[in-house]
Amino acid sequence: MAMTERDELVRSLAGLALFADLGDPDLEAIADPECERRFGEGERILRRGLSGAGFFVILDGEANVLIADDEPRRLRRGDFFGEVSTLLDCRPTADVVARTTLHCLEIPGPRLEAFLLQYPQVTYRMLQTVTRRLRDLLQ
Amino acid sequence: MPQVERPFPPGDYPVVVVGSGPGGLQTSYCLSRVGVEHAVISRDDSPGGMFRLCPIYQRLLSWSKPDAPAAPGTRAYEWYDHNSLVAEEREHQALVPPLMDRAFIVPSREEMKRGLAAFAEQVPVAVRYGCRWEETRRDDDGRLVLTTSDGEYRAQAVVFALGVTTPWRSPIPGIEDVPHYIETRQPSEYHGRRVFVIGKRNSGFEIADGLLPWARQVILGSPRPVKTSVIAQASVRVRYLQPYEDAALGGGTFALDLAVDLIERREGGWRIVGRGTTREGPIDLEVDDVIAATGFATPLLDLEELGVRTVAQGRIPALTPFWESEPGSGIFFAGNATQGAPGLRKHGVGSASAAVHGFRYNARVMARRLARTNLGMELPLERIEPETLVPYLLDELTTSPELWAQKSYLARSATLTGETEIVPLAHFLDEAGPDAVAVAVEMDEAGTTYPAVYVRRNGRIRERLLPSHLLDDFRGPEYEQELRAVL
Repeated sequence: MAMTERDELVRSLAGLALFADLGDPDLEAIADPECERRFGEGERILRRGLSGAGFFVILDGEANVLIADDEPRRLRRGDFFGEVSTLLDCRPTADVVARTTLHCLEIPGPRLEAFLLQYPQVTYRMLQTVTRRLRDLLQ
Repeated sequence: MPQVERPFPPGDYPVVVVGSGPGGLQTSYCLSRVGVEHAVISRDDSPGGMFRLCPIYQRLLSWSKPDAPAAPGTRAYEWYDHNSLVAEEREHQALVPPLMDRAFIVPSREEMKRGLAAFAEQVPVAVRYGCRWEETRRDDDGRLVLTTSDGEYRAQAVVFALGVTTPWRSPIPGIEDVPHYIETRQPSEYHGRRVFVIGKRNSGFEIADGLLPWARQVILGSPRPVKTSVIAQASVRVRYLQPYEDAALGGGTFALDLAVDLIERREGGWRIVGRGTTREGPIDLEVDDVIAATGFATPLLDLEELGVRTVAQGRIPALTPFWESEPGSGIFFAGNATQGAPGLRKHGVGSASAAVHGFRYNARVMARRLARTNLGMELPLERIEPETLVPYLLDELTTSPELWAQKSYLARSATLTGETEIVPLAHFLDEAGPDAVAVAVEMDEAGTTYPAVYVRRNGRIRERLLPSHLLDDFRGPEYEQELRAVL
């Protein structure tokens, strides 16, 4: 087995804006191989109306957010999704479908709160992104 | 071995199964039950797979209750027996518990191995032992070709039941020389020594538990904290919690959250250099022994060249809900590697596919899928009277070992005309189909189990969660009423 595998996951996380403020020990703690997910093209990751979903950060590939008949919103490396249903403990209002093969880190819903409290720098970065989305929506 | 005794010579088969551990044996049995002709090959010389070697300190984690509320051999008894393979015939069911000495409610490695051998012999499951798979390619006609030590096998589909069996070491400088879990010696050989175990998952704690009566000090270390939660994603089973309790007492045993930067061989021992993760600070330790309880990988050989993708740092194949590497690829996995299909992971609860009691049901579902989609066979569905649908589904929710083993992974689906089968829940939710209902047992983050109902009408899915029940019995009139209302 290649000795660089762990490095790859840690390196991949280190290159994302969301985790930019974290040092290596933190990244190693986050890079839980059990939370690594791969989805095939067309596979659904988040399902509208279904409870118990998680929070996902895209490491590689693209996904579409599908809300009713709206134009799909494209997600790419570094983007995250699932935060609304996880933080508000509600059912997702959108489907998220892999547009290409998709490589993600998943933080299970029940672990997200502890995660965000443990890494406030990540929380701050996330808040920035969510606020930016809100601004775009209001403009 | 004389040639006449060895079944399945190289050649063309509809399906080839690679492996003779529990996953391979269960798959072969299930393929036979649906009438799929297939060959089984194995590099080993006897059945049992990893249970011929592991757990290294001989006790399994998974329970089998020799006496239980249901009679051995029945479907209901499977619930209480997580270690036997499953069969339709009562005489092939529940083969492990009678072999247990009842010193514990979990079998020893030897008892488990004998139970698997009994299944292989009794059913019987024919295997070409001593036949090593060496290379894989795809022919122009799309068939898979396996090069083995005995020659070439061609098949429309191959089921790789390889287990998660290749010792794997995390990428730490200096770890190459560290003995792996599989090389751990007898506990008495660590008498009076200070031992560092890399890894805080089951195998790390198994080693630590075995060493406690002998070693002077045991220190476990890995980047992530131990998750002792009772829910299904717990990384340490109750059986191995003694070292963790010792760690709470302090002094003797430590369970550290650290990233190891360097492991160095020293005169008569080892030096471990690292940094705390959940608590900051440098760590520099001198120890007598180091053991890498860093896990195993599926021996994929060259399968990644045929498009098999991986998760868990390259150790596990990433799979579809039916445990295929890609839809239509004909490359299926069985056994422990089916954990590569995580399912919906509702509330973070994953499948039980890394254990026999989970993957034995995957094999049955996969065999039917493979027969239908890869071989074009028509298989009859189970049928129930439509008017009995509601009590039938509630009974399944209460007693089905499949639904209870594979929470929010396997579901009992039924059309409104009464055709029913067990399918991966993700398949029911994501694939088009007639109006139908699927029920699954699920668990929330607090460990509470509850029945979930999914109704598909005009292609739209609606989820309805029913309340939990103190005794997990969902057959009462209030449940009947609720389910009828949903349908």
